[in-house]
Amino acid sequence: MEGYSLKLMVNGEKIDSTTKPEESLLKFLRRNGFTEVKCGCEKGECGTCTIIIDKKAIKSCLMLALQANGKEVWTVKGMEKQELGRKLQESFVNYGAIQCGFCTPGLIMVAKSYLDQDPIPDREEIKKAISGNLCRCTGYKKIVDAIYAVAVENYKLEGGIYV
Amino acid sequence: MSEFKVVGKPMPGDDAWAKVRGDLKYADDFSLPGMLYGKVLRSKYPAARIISIDTSRAEQLDGVHTVLTARDVPNNETLTRFGQSSEIGKGFEGLYRVLADKKVRFMGEAIALVAAKTEEMAEKALDLIEVKYEPLPGVFDPIEAMKPGAYLVGEEVTNIVCEFGCNQGDLKKGFAEAEVIIENTYKVPFVDHAYLETESGIAWIDDYDVINIRVGSQVIEHFRDVADVLGLPHNKVRYIGTMMGGGFGGKEDITVETYLALLTWKTKKPVRLVYTREESILSHSKRHPFVMKYKVGAKKNGKIVALDVEFIADAGGHIYLTPWVVLYTTINAAGPYDIPNVRVKSYGVLTNNTFTSACRGFGAPQPNVAYESLIDELSRKLNLDPLEIRRRNCLTTGKALATTGQVLKTYVALPEVAEKAWAALGEPAEGDDENKKIGRGLAIGLMSYGRFTFLHDSSRSYVKLESDGSVVVRSGIPDVGGGQASLLCKIAAEELGVPLSKVKIYISDTALTPLAGTTTATRQTYMSGNATLKAAREIRKRVINKAAEMLNVNSEKLDLINEKVMVSYDSLQYLPLVEVIKACNTAGIELFCEAQFNAPFTITPDLSNVRGMTFPDFTFGAQAVEIAVDTETGQVEVLKLTTCYDVGKAINLLSVEGQMEGGSIYGMGYALTEEVIMEKGITMTPSFAEYIIPTAVDVPDVKAILVESGGGLGPYGAKGIGEPACSIIAPAILNAIYDAVGVRIKDLPATPEKII
Repeated sequence: MEGYSLKLMVNGEKIDSTTKPEESLLKFLRRNGFTEVKCGCEKGECGTCTIIIDKKAIKSCLMLALQANGKEVWTVKGMEKQELGRKLQESFVNYGAIQCGFCTPGLIMVAKSYLDQDPIPDREEIKKAISGNLCRCTGYKKIVDAIYAVAVENYKLEGGIYV
Repeated sequence: MSEFKVVGKPMPGDDAWAKVRGDLKYADDFSLPGMLYGKVLRSKYPAARIISIDTSRAEQLDGVHTVLTARDVPNNETLTRFGQSSEIGKGFEGLYRVLADKKVRFMGEAIALVAAKTEEMAEKALDLIEVKYEPLPGVFDPIEAMKPGAYLVGEEVTNIVCEFGCNQGDLKKGFAEAEVIIENTYKVPFVDHAYLETESGIAWIDDYDVINIRVGSQVIEHFRDVADVLGLPHNKVRYIGTMMGGGFGGKEDITVETYLALLTWKTKKPVRLVYTREESILSHSKRHPFVMKYKVGAKKNGKIVALDVEFIADAGGHIYLTPWVVLYTTINAAGPYDIPNVRVKSYGVLTNNTFTSACRGFGAPQPNVAYESLIDELSRKLNLDPLEIRRRNCLTTGKALATTGQVLKTYVALPEVAEKAWAALGEPAEGDDENKKIGRGLAIGLMSYGRFTFLHDSSRSYVKLESDGSVVVRSGIPDVGGGQASLLCKIAAEELGVPLSKVKIYISDTALTPLAGTTTATRQTYMSGNATLKAAREIRKRVINKAAEMLNVNSEKLDLINEKVMVSYDSLQYLPLVEVIKACNTAGIELFCEAQFNAPFTITPDLSNVRGMTFPDFTFGAQAVEIAVDTETGQVEVLKLTTCYDVGKAINLLSVEGQMEGGSIYGMGYALTEEVIMEKGITMTPSFAEYIIPTAVDVPDVKAILVESGGGLGPYGAKGIGEPACSIIAPAILNAIYDAVGVRIKDLPATPEKII
């Protein structure tokens, strides 16, 4: 592809590629094989394309690929390398927080960025944190259960006293 | 068999791991070398005559490989079919038109196809196709469309596409006996399925001229329909179904497949086609809006004695599944109530709105809104508790449906489920905000699982025990995300006494897996579950018989458990499964089996007065809510939501709970926010910013209560739950709104401006 050079890290792996000024980060990532970043609307309304940059959950359809130049990008595939990410994956599986799974990669990423702030576990706060990510299958309960369980464990590990 | 090892346990399937790791490849995650990108040109008008289409400029554009219009399609007009193999008569098969010619029937209807080297080039080519239209007045209200002299949507002489009736008892006499009569008209809107994965797929031609289509479809049997469009033998089109990012009935009709097949057939290159969200909302089917006129007569003690119902459903621009949905509605008109005198009359009518077809619930949620609102109104008029009025009228085991007279031979969990859902609300919330009024509502309902019995439905499944004791299952079952594939693994694991991790399933391939029928109609647990059970039990029998010979004991005393064939009364006496397998292989005993399960077969009923059995069985449920209505803004907050169903037996526990929780929230959206708004056929809500589905902050933690009566027709007494789970909640919310603020909402969704 002709265009501008773009260098970034995705899940700890160096990517050296090119992009066009108008290409979204979502399209760039999918074109480079990161198909775990899902495309549900391309308008920032569904959250399926959520990734993490600088500890922040970002909807990659709303960011230009060039804006990610030099950044460290994390997708759900990189979560196995991170303790909280791995725990979230396991918790989603064990709580049955997955049905069709199309929202799952985005939800795990938004949950990870929320848990990175070491919050006091609170179901209502979790709901707020994930409210930009739609799920049509589960009714959200098992998703909140899964995130809450990791939040409680994490809080205890961080020295918090949780009753 | 001794107690369950796998069935009923909260064990996630292996697809769950593939999904959390981001490994699962959906339909649009697949690429092939040299592939082209497809795009669809869609009508700008809901009603127009196409005068001419000029594709020459688009064809000359660099990178464009082909531009196709109706003229290029070998068989542009065929019939809509949905995997049924029996002849069911013309009334159920409508026109399937691949690309619009003559009259355009709804906005967003496909007119031309493009395949180009890049997506951008394909998009540019669309802009260069010149379509000359003669805009026509169109008709957008089904009641108007029924009138003589109305604008005709298609080429037929009437817009009415189906008409059904049910009569029981003596309606006149029933109303004469009634001491209270209530009459209401209810309206429900267009609804979008809102699956997060839009329609997508990729197609290619293999070394032997077979068109392969890798796509997310609830009906892989459409390979036959695609072959008919191309004029190819059925065995020259192959569907490879992917796991779907949700379906909810919206991937039951053909979506991208025909377009993909045409483009790859014409260009001889692989082609990928992915709908944008806007395109998806504009072009795929919607849940039918209905106008429902209900008149009910009851005694002062609350006993309902007469019911008169008229349904008018908006079919939109094409027939698709309208006759089937409207027949469901007709049969569901009286819900789970025992009423001696009933008349139902129903119509499906073409308009120039987006076409309507299957959507989770398939004609059951609509009448449920009407009859559960009506019974709530009746209970208040007669000063009866919401539970009590339902107790006095609900069907019980052995009684017959008030519409068709179909006798309910399996356990009917009424009023049990209603009592449990209502009680589970617990103590009422203490409100300290005087602007927030608290209210409670209850609704009950029934829905069939399994297709119409006159469709002569069947499913096949193949199970094989490998020499190392692992198991292979092959089934054509499409997986929409409801755990369809892992369900079959659990049954095979249970029957063959192996851990779930040792079962591998291959699904949804029309060339390699036995056809299991559609993932629709809440039929897979029942149909493919039974087919897999039958195949696994046959192999189990062969293994046990061989082991009996080896151990020199009676086969009835043997059990297959924990990878051992054990003498049940003495667990020290056993043979490892692999040893028995070895012996079977040596003796030439087949350790594979392909089995077919057939649902009960009936003949097509008299459609003017549908009588007798039309469904294999029904699932019964109840849902209850506690809500707060903000009297200043009209905003409704659902504080508590309970859902109780007799699921027969939960084979896939997490999935059953997931269906009940997710179904409740799906129905909550129907009640409060969801409406595809069409103004003169133009969709005003083509995005998730305008079409509002519930988010995490909008929902309560659903409390799911499972009744496991074992009374279902599925494996181990299971019933279907996928669609029934969403079909009852809307009227419970409407009844709670009335309880809170005294406003009776009769047209969905119950938006703040209607409440205030």
